[in-house]
Amino acid sequence: MADDDRVFKALGDPTRRFLLDELFKRDGRTLTELESELEMTRFGVMKHLRILEDAGLVVTRRSGREKLHFLNPVPIRLIHDRWIDKYTERQVSALADLKNQLEKAG
Amino acid sequence: MMTTTKQAPSTQVYRVYIKAAPQKIWDAITDPEWNSRYGYGGRGIYELKPKGRFVTYTSEEMKQGAKAQGYEVPDIAVDGEVLESDPPKKLVVTWRMLMDPGMAAEGFTRLTYEITELPKEGEGPAVSRLTVVHELESAPSLAHMVAGGMEDVGAGGGWNWILSDLKSLLETGKIMAAA
Repeated sequence: MADDDRVFKALGDPTRRFLLDELFKRDGRTLTELESELEMTRFGVMKHLRILEDAGLVVTRRSGREKLHFLNPVPIRLIHDRWIDKYTERQVSALADLKNQLEKAG
Repeated sequence: MMTTTKQAPSTQVYRVYIKAAPQKIWDAITDPEWNSRYGYGGRGIYELKPKGRFVTYTSEEMKQGAKAQGYEVPDIAVDGEVLESDPPKKLVVTWRMLMDPGMAAEGFTRLTYEITELPKEGEGPAVSRLTVVHELESAPSLAHMVAGGMEDVGAGGGWNWILSDLKSLLETGKIMAAA
């Protein structure tokens, strides 16, 4: 699977988006902390975190005896640069064209 | 929607996969010929041994930008000390931002670069994983900046932005601004 596919697939689930939002609020959390935010089995949360990790959206680091989960924003940035910029640019230039036409007509 | 009051975490982790061998990425970080070509564009000089000095000089662009906003910036943008250098796999430095007096007063933070080559799939190009860990205990202003919280006011997008630019440079030969 291509990198972009993994990211889109990982983002295409409300529980995983919720986990990312939780890490955005406070980064560097343990599985136990994240689990306490969800009505879900530990195994279920682990599975979702694994998919987020495979997509590069979550990076884990050891800190003493704890394994901490961090939000990695870089893949979303890359998708933004690759996809979103392209289309918003077109909208902006379409508006600029409209402005030019209206000004000419006036 | 992100608000400016959100406090950036005291440890930040960034990871990016780059189609390049570890040595290329190492050079892009430590060689001034390379590290001045992406991100903020300052020349970074590293004395690659424990207790070696590390400085990033303010680029002409940064100086002009600051002047346009009506203030002067020092010649050295960032300074620190090399704590560990294990080319091309690991670099640990202390890191202090000098361009802003408030951030300079927050003192030294700790920055770790880790580069790992991934197992090759067939005849494909080398792919490496670059992880950046910035420990920003007691440096809330700097944490806000390197998390990209000041991008809208012209202070660049922090690590997220720098690493995207680095990936772009190594994979396409061009930075994002020139793409």
